[in-house]
Amino acid sequence: MTTTSAGTPAPAQKIRKSRRKSTWLTRGDRFWLIVLGGVPAVVVVGLIWIPALVTVGLSMTNWDGFAPLSDSKFVGLENYRQVTTNYPPFWPALQHNLIWLFVTFAIPTVLGMFIAVLLDRELRFTRVYQSAFFLPVVLSLALVGFMWQLIYSRDQGLLNAMLGLHGDRAIDWYGDSKVNLWAVLVAASWRHTGYIMLLYLAGLKAVDPSLREAAAMDGASQTRTFFSVVFPVMRPINIIVLVVTVIESLRAFDLVYVINKGRNGLEVIGALVFSNIVGEGQRIPFGSALATIMLLISLVFIVIYMVAIMREEKR
Amino acid sequence: MSRPQSQAEYLASLLPPSVAGTQFGRRALFRGALGVAAAGSLAACGGDSGDSAADTKSATGVVTFGSNQSDEVPKAAYAKVTDQFHTANPKLTVKTNTVDHNTFQEQINSYLQGSPDDVFTWFSGFRMRFFAAKGLAGDISDIWPDMKGFSDALKTASTGDDGKQYFVPFTNYPWAIFYRKSVFADKGYQVPKTLDDLVALSKQMQKDKLAPIAFGDKDGWPAMGTFDQLNMRINGFQFHMDLMAGKKPWNGPEVKKVFDTWAGLLPYHQDASLGRTWQEAAQSLQQKKAGMYVLGMFVGQQFPKGAEQDDLDFFTFPEIDSAIGSDAIEAPIDGFMMSKRPKNEAGAKAFLKYLATPEAEGVSVAADPTVIAVNSGADTGAYSALQKKAVEFVGSAKNISQFMDRDTRPDFASNVMIPAIQTFIKNPKDIDGLVNSIEKQKQSIFATDS
Repeated sequence: MTTTSAGTPAPAQKIRKSRRKSTWLTRGDRFWLIVLGGVPAVVVVGLIWIPALVTVGLSMTNWDGFAPLSDSKFVGLENYRQVTTNYPPFWPALQHNLIWLFVTFAIPTVLGMFIAVLLDRELRFTRVYQSAFFLPVVLSLALVGFMWQLIYSRDQGLLNAMLGLHGDRAIDWYGDSKVNLWAVLVAASWRHTGYIMLLYLAGLKAVDPSLREAAAMDGASQTRTFFSVVFPVMRPINIIVLVVTVIESLRAFDLVYVINKGRNGLEVIGALVFSNIVGEGQRIPFGSALATIMLLISLVFIVIYMVAIMREEKR
Repeated sequence: MSRPQSQAEYLASLLPPSVAGTQFGRRALFRGALGVAAAGSLAACGGDSGDSAADTKSATGVVTFGSNQSDEVPKAAYAKVTDQFHTANPKLTVKTNTVDHNTFQEQINSYLQGSPDDVFTWFSGFRMRFFAAKGLAGDISDIWPDMKGFSDALKTASTGDDGKQYFVPFTNYPWAIFYRKSVFADKGYQVPKTLDDLVALSKQMQKDKLAPIAFGDKDGWPAMGTFDQLNMRINGFQFHMDLMAGKKPWNGPEVKKVFDTWAGLLPYHQDASLGRTWQEAAQSLQQKKAGMYVLGMFVGQQFPKGAEQDDLDFFTFPEIDSAIGSDAIEAPIDGFMMSKRPKNEAGAKAFLKYLATPEAEGVSVAADPTVIAVNSGADTGAYSALQKKAVEFVGSAKNISQFMDRDTRPDFASNVMIPAIQTFIKNPKDIDGLVNSIEKQKQSIFATDS
């Protein structure tokens, strides 16, 4: 999100400069160029960069959220020290975010691609299957949480009943911190697979059929055709899927928050930021420090993405 | 911060404390001059804003009322309350702004710092004192003597750190150990008076294939109630309040003993509690799968009205130390506050005075049978047996606490204590590590409130 919108004003300015040299711009042209370049720039700076910098700034104060901001003191990296040394949920949260990232790559991405390839072969009822797989993506979060609650509930849930686990042998899917993260990841994967499937379906439709024909003529098997010809051609889609997956796992928040507010084995950084910033229990500087840490982690991936995109453009 | 008694004082209060407090001279003279001028003009008008009793009687206009009662039943009850107020005071109209219950709580900070309604719903305890201390609530000490039917305990529960009253109590509900009369009668169980009795009863229940104590802490807060009860029985009410206020260490022998005792009781609690909501735990009591449940009276919401609700009964958490006894109880009070600078102060006070009457409380209590009115003059004729017992229970208590998330800083309660108690339930063995971690986090949080 950040990267794509942040990129817009720059090309617009480039165009303006180069055109000014070569052709005479009317007053109207200039007006529209300023508006079209300026408005997104103001929006990006005002809604993304200023709040981000304010967050970084607040994370180094001891503001209580009530007194005038000028009364608060600069405390340097004290909040970061507190986060890393004195806040038990932090390290588990970081670990869970990483697990989330790997699992989202390993399961929904692969599964989504596989389903997309199958559906691309114009099966009967393909649209029914497509809708079925895509349905979880459009469902409201409250509904998703509720559905999985019916499946995972220890005493009244479907899963324990199907596995024949009763009484003391029943598994507490959401309450036992040894299993609940994996249970939630299944639910999250279920939701994410449909999205990946749709992206790949769109990508597969865009692949030139003559490429496949040529590969077939050369005697390549279907698997070989896919991995050697089709998959590399879908590079733009692959990059989108990569970015979507990274973003999805970094902002992992909604499902765990619906389940138990991101506690007891379901700590993720997004949930910690939320519970420290919003509501009565707010500790704005502390939450800001957590948010800044999250921003730094995201920046690593954003930089990788930007580098990849720029290399592409140079070629 | 006292309420300004004159226009001059009001204007003076607008000066930042750094200016108003330390410098005497030009500004003080200016303030004095204003005071003289204001006194003169007020005398000319023939009014005196200092006498609030006269004010509330002659109040007119609109009072705005911010309500968190967004559910249908209490919302209708509140509408009835405001209608009756209007009938009794035709010159005053109450304009109610209802906000979704959870949203109201989440946004209370920005709400009070923005332009809040004249009167708003809130809770007693630290949650009230916190906003009073931050200067975000209006002092109502002047109308407190006019409110009849409130015990000293209720007055204390409505008083801020500066000794002034900021809160009008309305309804409350006790926390205790709830059980089904029919189950106790069938099996011949006796209400336990001491901790040993409770353990013996729990063992008997286990033999009878009952989970002795229903337990659900998925939402994080219900287990706080068990901690509060144990701490008040083991260390007494005053220690509990000091601990909540951050004045006592969490890693001292007192708190360790609380967790130790709790660890001894955990085998009698329903297992897998971290995946169960309080509603599910309450249902296991209702379905006679569990024998007892430490919870607030709202446990009755999970019992069908009629015979099932009538079967519900409770007893106080048993005595642990005979020197301390068991007359400190937990009974959170819900009520009202006035914002710091109401647009219609006289009207707001008139409305608050009305809300303090037994009649106003009666309307609300009839709508929800799991709460009781706090005013001793309230009509209890229509009360259920449970409500009647709760009135007596709360009335005879020596000390009343409000619940952990109302008695301590909200950021400490939700960001430190909820994860800490859940960690304890998962691993009751490492109590030293637990209390040291709580104490370290407490110090960093309470230190920010300089």
